[in-house]
Amino acid sequence: MLLGPALAFSGILFSIGVAGVLLRRNAIVIFMCVELMLNAVNLSFIALAQFHGVAGQVMVFFVMTVAAAEAAVGLAIMIAIFRHHESVDLKNINLLHG
Amino acid sequence: MVETVFYIFGCSAVLAALMCITQRNPIASAFWLVVVMLALAGIFVLLNAQFIGILQVLVYAGAIMVLFLFVIMLLNLGAGGTDLRGKVSWVLALGIAGALTASLMRLARYTPAELAREVSGTSDFAPDVVLPGAHQLQAGVDAHGVVGAVAAPLFQTYLIPFLVTGVLLLTAIVGAVLLAKRKV
Repeated sequence: MLLGPALAFSGILFSIGVAGVLLRRNAIVIFMCVELMLNAVNLSFIALAQFHGVAGQVMVFFVMTVAAAEAAVGLAIMIAIFRHHESVDLKNINLLHG
Repeated sequence: MVETVFYIFGCSAVLAALMCITQRNPIASAFWLVVVMLALAGIFVLLNAQFIGILQVLVYAGAIMVLFLFVIMLLNLGAGGTDLRGKVSWVLALGIAGALTASLMRLARYTPAELAREVSGTSDFAPDVVLPGAHQLQAGVDAHGVVGAVAAPLFQTYLIPFLVTGVLLLTAIVGAVLLAKRKV
């Protein structure tokens, strides 16, 4: 069962993911932190699926599919940015900087 | 026994996540993220989601992370200076993450009884009565097996979202090829 501890771990992992997005400048590492946040949400889905039925596990399946699609498109964007700027550091990507 | 293994997996996931966001080398970050995902797969198995646990290893730790490592190596991002931000961002990030953790920590005291009370609006009923999902999950596993219990709702109740997911993946494939190829 372990509902409370699982939700707590999910919250901690999500916060670590948020901190990672705010701390790093490498776009690929930021992207990995987003994947970490998605995984944290998956954990809370799985924990609650024990009580609400199998629908939570089906949702995790959909989240994984969307994450896979997101990773493919996002990494393609990274390659396009790298070709343009010769780096994926966010400090070099400042076209909208005022 | 299950609780001990659960806490071992959970603590290793949190530690590996911390290592992941503080490592300078993106490849080291990626490998620590693989550790997080494997630990989460273990937790999924302990929480009666064996099929999702296997999917986590195959899809996340296998396919998606290989894609990340492949792009990191393709772009040759290994060495180089740190990409961590300055002091102001550290204070901001730790403040936001700390506030988020503090507000999410009330979930740690969440119990099935409290969940049942929130769902039903009263505390008159036992959790088993308000939340029959646990029994349904077990019944599904008994009737169709571990994979069939997830597959049955996926191909019946959630058939349309499942088909839309196929379209999404096709769009992602076309989009990835279009974005990554050189201009001709």
